[in-house]
Amino acid sequence: MKVQEQAPIREPLVLGNPSLHDITARIASIVESKISMKYLMTVGFTGALAAWGLFALYYTITTGIGVWGLNNPVGWGWDITNFVFWIGIGHAGTLISAILFLFRQKWRTAINRSAEAMTIFAVICALTMVLSHTGRPWLFYWLLPYPNQMNMWVNFRSPLAWDVFAVNTYFTVSALFWFVGLIPDLATLRNYVKSDLAKKIYGFLSLGWTGSTRHWHHYEIAYMILAGISTPLVLSVHSVVSFDFTVGIMPGWHTTIFPPYFVAGAIFSGFAMVMTLLVIAREVLDLKQFITLKHFDNMNKIMLATGMMVGYAYGMEFFIAWYSGNPYESWVFMNRLFGDYAWAYWTMVTCNVVSPQIFWFKKARRNVPLMFVISIFINIGMWFERFTIIATSLHHDFLPASWGYYSPTWVEISIFIGTFGVFLTLFLLFSKFVPVIAIAEVKGIMPGAQPSHHHDHEHGHASHAAVTEGAH
Amino acid sequence: MSTPAGVIGEFKDVNVIMTAAQKINEAGYRKWDIHTPYPVHGLDKAMGIKRSIITYISFLGLCGGLSTALGLQWWTGAVDYKLNIGGKGLFDWQFSIPIDFELSILGTAIMTVIGLFGLCQLPTWYNRYQNDESFKKATDDTFVVTIDSDDDRFSAEQTATFLKGLGAQNVHTVTA
Repeated sequence: MKVQEQAPIREPLVLGNPSLHDITARIASIVESKISMKYLMTVGFTGALAAWGLFALYYTITTGIGVWGLNNPVGWGWDITNFVFWIGIGHAGTLISAILFLFRQKWRTAINRSAEAMTIFAVICALTMVLSHTGRPWLFYWLLPYPNQMNMWVNFRSPLAWDVFAVNTYFTVSALFWFVGLIPDLATLRNYVKSDLAKKIYGFLSLGWTGSTRHWHHYEIAYMILAGISTPLVLSVHSVVSFDFTVGIMPGWHTTIFPPYFVAGAIFSGFAMVMTLLVIAREVLDLKQFITLKHFDNMNKIMLATGMMVGYAYGMEFFIAWYSGNPYESWVFMNRLFGDYAWAYWTMVTCNVVSPQIFWFKKARRNVPLMFVISIFINIGMWFERFTIIATSLHHDFLPASWGYYSPTWVEISIFIGTFGVFLTLFLLFSKFVPVIAIAEVKGIMPGAQPSHHHDHEHGHASHAAVTEGAH
Repeated sequence: MSTPAGVIGEFKDVNVIMTAAQKINEAGYRKWDIHTPYPVHGLDKAMGIKRSIITYISFLGLCGGLSTALGLQWWTGAVDYKLNIGGKGLFDWQFSIPIDFELSILGTAIMTVIGLFGLCQLPTWYNRYQNDESFKKATDDTFVVTIDSDDDRFSAEQTATFLKGLGAQNVHTVTA
């Protein structure tokens, strides 16, 4: 008896079986269409948020960091929480563009462009947070090793110095990766758009790309290398961010689980943000043909998996705090559970660990309104994770006399809202003027787009299936 | 009098272009190209393109980044301004790892992009075929073969007939 396992027929990645020209026309039509009143109003709203945040930033810089709610035991508050939050958001973009590329996950082609854009915008927000947190951001170059009249160099043993290198490298590499990916699509737009000005702009930005196979040959290897180095990069960046905490001796921070825990959390939160944005973009830009329920299903599976990793880390932290036998460590964790910031802790657990469990069910993974709500929960939960880590360890430090409580002032809240304004404004501009879907990559995964040895392979399977079925 | 810049021909079928690529290469043409809207697997091989040297350029970037990182951390802390931190060694490779790693990645990325631009001669905001309507379809849905007039085997009529024989449509001479 022969029992042959048959691979189920895969869902198509692009619905409606469009021709190559249809794909060009569909994506280019977003750029070509007139700017609507609705779009202008949305940009106006997010721009106003950004402006409000920038005003709060201006107030901070001109007056001093004293306008924030930071106090003596709590020297890091919303500033670093937001920094870690935004850097984490970026990580899903790199994961989708690099790691899923190396694993040959073809479904990534529909979402990688917007996820990479999100990475860059999120890192911009993160950089704003750290720079303002330095207090005198105009002296930012003090963070860099440069020859100066004091003859001093930065201390390379400090995780804060590593962070400068990690975040700047991350921003540069993400931007290069994104731009290299964009070149062929900008060339497509150059040849497609009708207005002269748009032709000139896309022509300039596409650098004269012609689609030459001799160029594609270099391009594909270059893209592979960029993906290959971005993969360890994304893991290293959040590990280095976690070193900012772990190398300190604060109970609750000084743990070896932090690097993997932070990386998993970053990918978790980043996917949630990609989900939030894509659910909206797919609706507004009418991209249902390219961003299908299968894409959302896959993303929800990744969120479920990374959410469980994060949940495991929460549990393991408590186990180690108890197992270490260190009374201070145990006390800090009990304080997280039942102390002044218990509300933040339980918000985090509910949002991050409990809410994604619904994704065990396929129906839930394909329910768009539900996943939108859950993704917002996760965004909130992951923000509270960073806040909990920072605030609970700091507000009760080694000297009970200085114990206190921290809450932000309107300035910190405004800056945080402002970063959302900047992020959303940049994303809106991107979605209007840049191809939101990687056109060339999507064309390359269409059925029949690649030469026939693939076809022969599939035919082989099909006829084989027919034969075995006959035998039954 | 206008001189021909080359001959252009359109293909729609990916399997036909694969065989055509092989045949054009075998016929001995050297200054020719196929412009495609997306990278076609194996087409570069069929055209007889040698493996790209970009990996070596990237590797140079990696070496440059790594040696910069090691050199910077060693020289600043152990030579130029001896920094005693908690009585530890002035330079140890262990603490240098995060920055070694980041700068290696940064060097690789920058050199990869520089290498890509160099090898593809980007940016070049001019192409001899740029005003041809067929050529513009190459970024949309057509595989466009171009055979340049400065190829030794080029002859406007024969090359055009040759391309038609391979299954090309809309074969025509482009003048510069």
